[in-house]
Amino acid sequence: MKADPIGVATGNHFIDGDHACGEGAIAAGCRFLAGYPITPSTEVAERIAERFPKVGGMFIQMEDEIASMAAIIGAAWGGPKVMTVTSGPGFSLMMENIGLAVMLETPCVVVNVQRGGPSTGLPPLTAQADMMQARWGSHGDYEIIALCPNSPQECFDLTITAFNLAETWRVPVMFMMDECVGHMTEKVVIPEADQIEIVPRNFYKGKKEDYRPFNFSGSGEIAPMIKAGEGYNIHITGLTHDERGYPALDAEAQDKNVRHLVDKILKNEEKIRLLEEDQIDDAEVIVISYGITSRVSQKAVQDARAAGIKVGTIRLIVVWPFPEKLIRKLASKVKAFIVPEINLGQISLEVERYAAGKAITIHVPHAGGWVHDPNDILKAIKKGVK
Amino acid sequence: MNKITAPATSTLKVPESPEPLEHPMKDYLRTERFPHIWCSTCGIGTVLTAFIAGLQKSGLDRDKVAVVSGIGCSGRAAGYLRLDSFHSTHGRAIPFATGLALGNPELKVAIISGDGDIAAIGGNHFIHAARRNMNLTVICINNFNYAMTGGQAGPTTPQEANASTAPYGAYEYPFNLPYLAESCGAVYVARWTSLHVRRATKAIAEALVKPGFSFIEVIAPCPTLYARRNRLGTGLDLMRFYHDTAKIQHGANTKDIDIEYQKEIIVGKFVDKDKTDFFTNRNSFLQNKLGDKYIPYKGTK
Repeated sequence: MKADPIGVATGNHFIDGDHACGEGAIAAGCRFLAGYPITPSTEVAERIAERFPKVGGMFIQMEDEIASMAAIIGAAWGGPKVMTVTSGPGFSLMMENIGLAVMLETPCVVVNVQRGGPSTGLPPLTAQADMMQARWGSHGDYEIIALCPNSPQECFDLTITAFNLAETWRVPVMFMMDECVGHMTEKVVIPEADQIEIVPRNFYKGKKEDYRPFNFSGSGEIAPMIKAGEGYNIHITGLTHDERGYPALDAEAQDKNVRHLVDKILKNEEKIRLLEEDQIDDAEVIVISYGITSRVSQKAVQDARAAGIKVGTIRLIVVWPFPEKLIRKLASKVKAFIVPEINLGQISLEVERYAAGKAITIHVPHAGGWVHDPNDILKAIKKGVK
Repeated sequence: MNKITAPATSTLKVPESPEPLEHPMKDYLRTERFPHIWCSTCGIGTVLTAFIAGLQKSGLDRDKVAVVSGIGCSGRAAGYLRLDSFHSTHGRAIPFATGLALGNPELKVAIISGDGDIAAIGGNHFIHAARRNMNLTVICINNFNYAMTGGQAGPTTPQEANASTAPYGAYEYPFNLPYLAESCGAVYVARWTSLHVRRATKAIAEALVKPGFSFIEVIAPCPTLYARRNRLGTGLDLMRFYHDTAKIQHGANTKDIDIEYQKEIIVGKFVDKDKTDFFTNRNSFLQNKLGDKYIPYKGTK
């Protein structure tokens, strides 16, 4: 369906990624946000706090990030599309309840504007070091979806995508910005509402007695949701449960429940996949990057092409689920993958794992606080082509 | 329910028994989940009964009432109620419920959880929900210990009481929960024991229709751990103890109602005052500031 015009600030804006993310959420139909201030993500909440009362939304600043995450899950079961916003330390605090959202298959968007860590780290400075935490920061086996925008425009566009994916797959979607993208100010074009496609909550319409909040049949179908207060008298628990939502504490139930959580994402990786490929047809090496680093890589790739090196790029937009099959396929065609990222080895290890020795993987690490020097990426490209 | 019959190989004769009676509250219980997990003479079931009776008495539309629990023995309460019921994470029932209540403002949301869940790990959420005067009713079943995990000491364990992590007795100062609730802004505060079923029921009925943050502490026996470790007998013995030592004192100053080990327990309704609740306050405030630009949140269709 099309976006509700009331939440769409159609026009040309000159705003940063944080503000654009807030506008994207409103355009996507998000009407509940619980959050807690933290640099460098606070501006998203500030934008929402200012805008929500004028679009019929409910913003609440909670006492901490644990409460924020718990509140958005509760709110989602009350009907609205929901989001929370945070950065490193707050993301850590959210982990247990992110697991609850996974277990309850609750659609929600968790924005993490990444900053340097560990611990308090570098509050106002960039990093991309929470990528593994986004995937598996909560305990137990599960899969989520994670997106990495690389511009304020994408902070708007992909926030809408994040909501659409969350509703489609009933899963928390991690919106993994980084401080550079969050605080970068650029032109952001917000289209007319009728140009914005949104996925509404799939509410159950059948008989009350037939309702099952979960579907573990393996058919690939995602059970529709209900909202509390309509007489369905559902029970939902973070315990391992059956399709009725009732606790079922044995190995058989665990297998059904957990496999479903993992399979619904991994088996649909190609449907969820979102990436940009450039000049990979003749490439001997491929630079794989995401977020702000993809923009720094562009300069290195241009310089390498100018020097006659056959280099292509893949920009991961959906990072989780990881495009495993694509990497496996390309690994037999190229000499090397170059993976620059603002951490000391996270996504590069995934690339290396799926390249499985068929192509070498050269990591270009950066501990955070600033972006790469494009020359470091260029050097790695030159090394890879040898 | 199944009738009791003797195994085919048995020579014993089982007398014909009448059909078992249906549970009088079966419409409100997920009887398909019985037997429940609670021990014999545990007080939690009594509180659940008082909750259902209180809900019936309140006149609220049951379909518009949701219950959220945290983790622990009391945390299982939500799971047996045939209402929209949510079993959340340890300590986070209150923020989960806050989201639920805000997400669908038509709902009345109650929290039923234990003393460890609400006063220890969830203590921060408790005080902030009370401060906001959030539209929630919190029923805290206080059995003075962490029962699900084997009888550890917690923030309500009275000094001198023995617990598995206080093998020489607890020495920390415990919380006085009604005092905490009142000082943080709760508009309705009461304390009863699981012996005071009729009064607890009335309190629950009153709290459910009270706008804003209401809090009821219910002291309940834990026969298997707290009572056994402290050689206090069975749950029945503790009920006798409540009968002999609980003193009803409505309007008591919550400052003066600390619970000491096996001493007098002051019960009653301590606070029942009017203060604009979170929803009403937010709406009138923003309406006043933004005028026609304000669009109140009304939940989703």
